[in-house]
Amino acid sequence: MLQIGVLAIQGAFHKHAETLKALQTQPVIVKYAADLTHLDGLIIPGGESTVITRQLGYRLAWEDLYTFAREKAVFGTCAGLIMLGKGCTDPRVRQLGLLDAVIERNAYGSQIESFTEDVTLSFDEHPFHAVFIRAPKILKVGKEAKIVATFRGEAVMVRQKQLLGAAFHPELTNDVRVHDYFIRHCVTQSGK
Amino acid sequence: MEKSSYEVKVGLAEMLKGGVIMDVTNVDQAKIAEDAGAAAVMALERIPADIRAYGGIARMSNPEMILKIKEAVSIPVMAKCRIGHFAEAQILEELGIDFIDESEVLTPADEENHIWKHDFKAPFVCGCRDLGEALRRIGEGAAMMRTKGEAGTGDIVEAVRHMREVNRGIRRLQMMDKEELMAEAKRLGAPFSVVEIVAQKGQLPVPNFAAGGIATPADASLMMQLGAEAVFVGSGIFKSDDPSARAEAIVKAVTYYTDPAVLLEVSKGLKDAMLGKPAKGLPDDEQLAKRGW
Repeated sequence: MLQIGVLAIQGAFHKHAETLKALQTQPVIVKYAADLTHLDGLIIPGGESTVITRQLGYRLAWEDLYTFAREKAVFGTCAGLIMLGKGCTDPRVRQLGLLDAVIERNAYGSQIESFTEDVTLSFDEHPFHAVFIRAPKILKVGKEAKIVATFRGEAVMVRQKQLLGAAFHPELTNDVRVHDYFIRHCVTQSGK
Repeated sequence: MEKSSYEVKVGLAEMLKGGVIMDVTNVDQAKIAEDAGAAAVMALERIPADIRAYGGIARMSNPEMILKIKEAVSIPVMAKCRIGHFAEAQILEELGIDFIDESEVLTPADEENHIWKHDFKAPFVCGCRDLGEALRRIGEGAAMMRTKGEAGTGDIVEAVRHMREVNRGIRRLQMMDKEELMAEAKRLGAPFSVVEIVAQKGQLPVPNFAAGGIATPADASLMMQLGAEAVFVGSGIFKSDDPSARAEAIVKAVTYYTDPAVLLEVSKGLKDAMLGKPAKGLPDDEQLAKRGW
């Protein structure tokens, strides 16, 4: 059985673990550097990117995460997308910069601007009911990355080999298609 | 594009899990909280310990001061309105607050009715002492629950009592036959539809956090181990002798709440916690948890 880690520094990690279980994979809660060994992939959940940045370096070093994400499959949602991407101008956040996409943090404003919307997936004909919570925006997609979900023509999910980043929260719905895509294309194919 | 659905409101509560929400009274404190790793801040003019000391009527904070804090930090900002004071809540929503706390820490505006929270675009958090109270607030539209505890005392005993009460109530529901649920809903004074969901799932339909009396990393860990999904720290941080270090220690204690080695390490370097006041000796009219029902 595939073992997929969920970074559990802060945020919606339990919801991701539930979705992973529904897909017959074994979720592993990741809080320590040693938790990363033997994992087939990792999810960096939503939460606050400032909190995750602040706490990396305590029991799990930023470099451990970086080394893992360079080789293995990582799926970042919301704050996780910010961590994977580049170009965030906020000094309170440190990015891995491995996903070739420029991300703007908290781009829609405060919570009352949060929304749900059906987004278009490149890998499935049916739309996906996406939940955007104080969401980041993908401002620019570099040539290394490809767009795998759009809303009003704008990229909301991008993939680069074994890395996947979404501005929305597929873990907050019962629809497992996005996690399934991550497992089939990023984890088991190792990004091929 | 649908905004402000219940799903979106609960969604933000989900994102705060495993985090610490800190009470702050000015921009400097808000920055200290954010730097220490707070997942959100609660902007208020006086922290609960000072509300107790100061007396008078505790109302919604000055919007000017809340806005300054909102501009200073990038994390979600919450603010409190009085129980039943929907006009204060309307003002907070208008200024773009991320979460409204309909709080017993402020002087209640209505002793019978809470705000009908479904009508608002902003999500609400409310306090509870037991399962019935939690389910009434959820019925009114609360997107997050927290224990009431006894705010401003630095005494954890009431938060522990309230968390255990909620959990015991949930376990009772899980053991019941379908036939017994209606009578239990009546006993709890809770909406049947929500009772049914809790009986099926074995948990509240919204995140449940701890608040009221948390002063040390050990307090935070205790509440997390009792089932809290995040913690609010009010007076505990800025009434201590080392707010910044204590804030950071509590953040680590919440992430690593089951790891005694971490808890020892973060507890070691701290100066004195807030002096506090035993919740038990408080006269009736100073027991904030009794406000609301």
